[in-house]
Amino acid sequence: MIVASALRDRYDVAVVGAGPAGLAAAALCARAGLTCILFDDQANPGGQIYRGVTNSPFDRGTALGRDYWRGESLVRAALGSGAHYVSGASVWGLLRENEIAVSLGGGTRQIRAARIILATGAIERPFPIQGWTLPGVMTAGAAQILLKSSALVPTGRTLLAGCGPLLWLLAWQYLNVGVRLDAILDTTLAANWRRALRHAATFAASPYLARGLRLMFDVRRAVRVIAGVVDIAAEGGERIGAVTYRTARGHFERLPADMLLLHQGVVPNVNLAMSANVAHRWNDMQLCWVPCVDSYGSTTVPHIAVAGDGASIAGAEAAEARGRLAAIAAIRALRREFPVSEEERVARQSLHRYERGRAFLDRLYQPAPNFRRSRGDTVVCRCEEVTAQQVLETAALGCAGPNQMKAFLRCGMGPCQGRFCGLTVTELMAEARGFSCAEIGYYRLRPPVKPITLAEIASLPTDEAAVKAVARE
Amino acid sequence: MFRRVIRERELSLTIFIDGTATPARHGDTVAAAMLASGHVACRTTAVSGAARGPYCLMGVCFDCLVTIDGSANRQACMTTVRDAMRIETQRGKREYGT
Amino acid sequence: MVNAPHTEFDFAVIGGGLVGAAIAWGLARRGRSVAMLDEGDIAFRASRGNFALIWVQSKGGGMSRYALWTRQSSDAWPQLAEALRMETGLDVCLHQPGGFHLLLSQGEVENRANALKRLHNQPGMVPFEYRMLDHAQTEKMLPQIGPDVVGASFCPLDGHVNALRLLRALHVGFQRHGGRYFPDRAVERIEPRGGEFRLHSANVEISANKIVLAAGLGNAWLAAMVGINAPVRPQRGQIIVTEKVAPFMNYVVHTIRQTDEGSVMISDSVEEAGFDISVGSEVLAVMADRAIRMFPHLAKLNVVRCWAALRVMPQDGYPIYDQSKACPGAFIATCHSGVTLAAAHALLLAPCIDIGNLSDECLAAFSTRRFDVPPSD
Repeated sequence: MIVASALRDRYDVAVVGAGPAGLAAAALCARAGLTCILFDDQANPGGQIYRGVTNSPFDRGTALGRDYWRGESLVRAALGSGAHYVSGASVWGLLRENEIAVSLGGGTRQIRAARIILATGAIERPFPIQGWTLPGVMTAGAAQILLKSSALVPTGRTLLAGCGPLLWLLAWQYLNVGVRLDAILDTTLAANWRRALRHAATFAASPYLARGLRLMFDVRRAVRVIAGVVDIAAEGGERIGAVTYRTARGHFERLPADMLLLHQGVVPNVNLAMSANVAHRWNDMQLCWVPCVDSYGSTTVPHIAVAGDGASIAGAEAAEARGRLAAIAAIRALRREFPVSEEERVARQSLHRYERGRAFLDRLYQPAPNFRRSRGDTVVCRCEEVTAQQVLETAALGCAGPNQMKAFLRCGMGPCQGRFCGLTVTELMAEARGFSCAEIGYYRLRPPVKPITLAEIASLPTDEAAVKAVARE
Repeated sequence: MFRRVIRERELSLTIFIDGTATPARHGDTVAAAMLASGHVACRTTAVSGAARGPYCLMGVCFDCLVTIDGSANRQACMTTVRDAMRIETQRGKREYGT
Repeated sequence: MVNAPHTEFDFAVIGGGLVGAAIAWGLARRGRSVAMLDEGDIAFRASRGNFALIWVQSKGGGMSRYALWTRQSSDAWPQLAEALRMETGLDVCLHQPGGFHLLLSQGEVENRANALKRLHNQPGMVPFEYRMLDHAQTEKMLPQIGPDVVGASFCPLDGHVNALRLLRALHVGFQRHGGRYFPDRAVERIEPRGGEFRLHSANVEISANKIVLAAGLGNAWLAAMVGINAPVRPQRGQIIVTEKVAPFMNYVVHTIRQTDEGSVMISDSVEEAGFDISVGSEVLAVMADRAIRMFPHLAKLNVVRCWAALRVMPQDGYPIYDQSKACPGAFIATCHSGVTLAAAHALLLAPCIDIGNLSDECLAAFSTRRFDVPPSD
């Protein structure tokens, strides 16, 4: 760990995000003799999947699963490689000429790097149901963070709702530590099975099958699983008190609840890349925006690469491989004599192995349309409290796209900068106007992508021209 | 609301939540400490006054905003507890000067 | 919105920003059939990048008619706000409490005092109330100012509005009056044809008896298609927006305003940067520093976003209103103060365009004649 005062002004490579992709990239760059800095906004390395791996309250038992502890060796390799690692560092902008603006201990610094590898990972997909803003409603990822970092588990009546591998993983981890969920509301679309089964062969040959089957079997034996859930609402005043749901078969139930954990997959955290004008495209299978990258993660901006789930959702091992490939491209550009062909062969082999089987998962767990496109007074933009009804009415006015929508309704103008409403708005507008999501587009994002104080902005370097442009008396 | 599933180490820190002394675990985030002591809500919104609490716990939802040692709108999930830290739940918009 | 080939309108307004929407609304509520054509979602769109001031105190230096026009608009603003509220239910939060231009050095104070004196001494100038204040007098009205504030000029006529809600209200009102809005229809070609105009956009054609060019920077190339010379250039300005704060500013400051939702907006840069709308951190730093010197507690606020937008700056800075000589029935409206002048555009200019007469002495000053190059000997 490096202290702020020891940071250099320039590095060969800057890596943003200390999850599997970032850790692997930094370690390899440093091993190749490049000066490398690894920024992460959390207090400890590991990203989300390996959250808490260096300061875990758990002994190395089986509670969290064996795969979790892989993170430990990744961290060790990165910290021992010679790369500078800075925690609590919030990279809020990629400014002109390879400058990285980072907020550290309440102050902002600009650091220059010849190559920048963005490994900012993924965030939970929005899950805009009635009542999702009530206290006591959190993401499954949040529950995992509490478990991994603080060994905290819910005590009251807890429901888990949604779809995707993380759902089963959390439920399984909870079983291991003696937490019995009241129920799992499974929103996996029955129709998805047909499309997924076409890819069953590759899934069967992948590492995911054995993992997945064991988890699901253990969970289903112990927890009530309600399948085919097509509608969910959280009820309550100052906090959640109950959850109602309806299944495809028409079964309706109200369950008392103290906590509702939501999850329907993760999506790339695109804000930093988009703010740096990295081109993105709409991924119609994963229903999210992904950066346009080549096989090394290089983007449309010459010195910027994206690695890990931030490039495309494929899990921790694939993220590691992608991190190494981005590092390899940087090494080839800056230190050609360092041999990387074998490293590349291994990384591609691993990537192939862990990407196989994703096709099945992507299709099976593609979230149902009505959980992506809300209706009525369900809040779509949490920050500005804009409802689905308002978005649809404004779309009917002829609103051309999400930026016009933002101007009219303020959705996307809050501190989360569209992370929890952007996909919903794009999809609602696409549906209302009869265009594809790719045609509708997304919010235009610019730095700062994380809030910083006005004082920090005031502390940035200025020049004569800037003073003239502003103080014009 | 939440309980620990490890042998309860001594909760070595004391923080103040809305003036009430609350034991806390070294290394926890403010959000975790609040949830562990039963606070599921931490503020009311600036737009409508609706109650909100932590949602994502990874720093991207901005729902876990609390006032820490007099500074408003700090993300509870991105701040680690320190001994004698004063945490206050928030009502609506921050005041100019906080 | 429908692909409607060959639909005939009384008026087609090219541009759905504040200027176009105000004029289109003004025409539609007079009973005209109006089409409003607009670009797509990612466009320069000055209307989404303004500071939302209704500013009187320093307008019109060099052209007293402009000062008068600004004053007329400011006076008419309550009427516009009320009409929109009645028609659409939307409150544009008009607030005209008076505004301060804060000054951070004695040199700035002197320059400002002189500039305002010169403005008021112009021939034909209709004076308005303003006063120069020292630090103590300013602090009485703005108790939170910092010690660096040496003084200010104050004008009781200045104010601000929620400009984004204004744009939305104009659009809603326009459609309620039967106006037809065509988004994603950037006009590629204007074809004057036998007393009417055909507007070509993508594979759609819209015809109208008369047209109004209100396309902001787009007017630069559209104007030539109807024989109008209306030189306009982009001028970049950057804005910082903070998180929401409980109300603390009772007045408007020329570079700092608190919106009705509570966020604080900070401007004001003037950069000749072509069409580059990337954010420049050096300029932001100067803006932030000056804002903190004016109101020290702003330092702790979180900045939620920054953006740059392009003002639509006519060559000499004054509005351009005219009717084409070569193609009568083609009008143009261009300015950089789309918010301040929205009331004038909707309630004064639109009726003149409707009856086809911009030669009224108040508007004649803004014609394109002033750009005509005098013939050389």
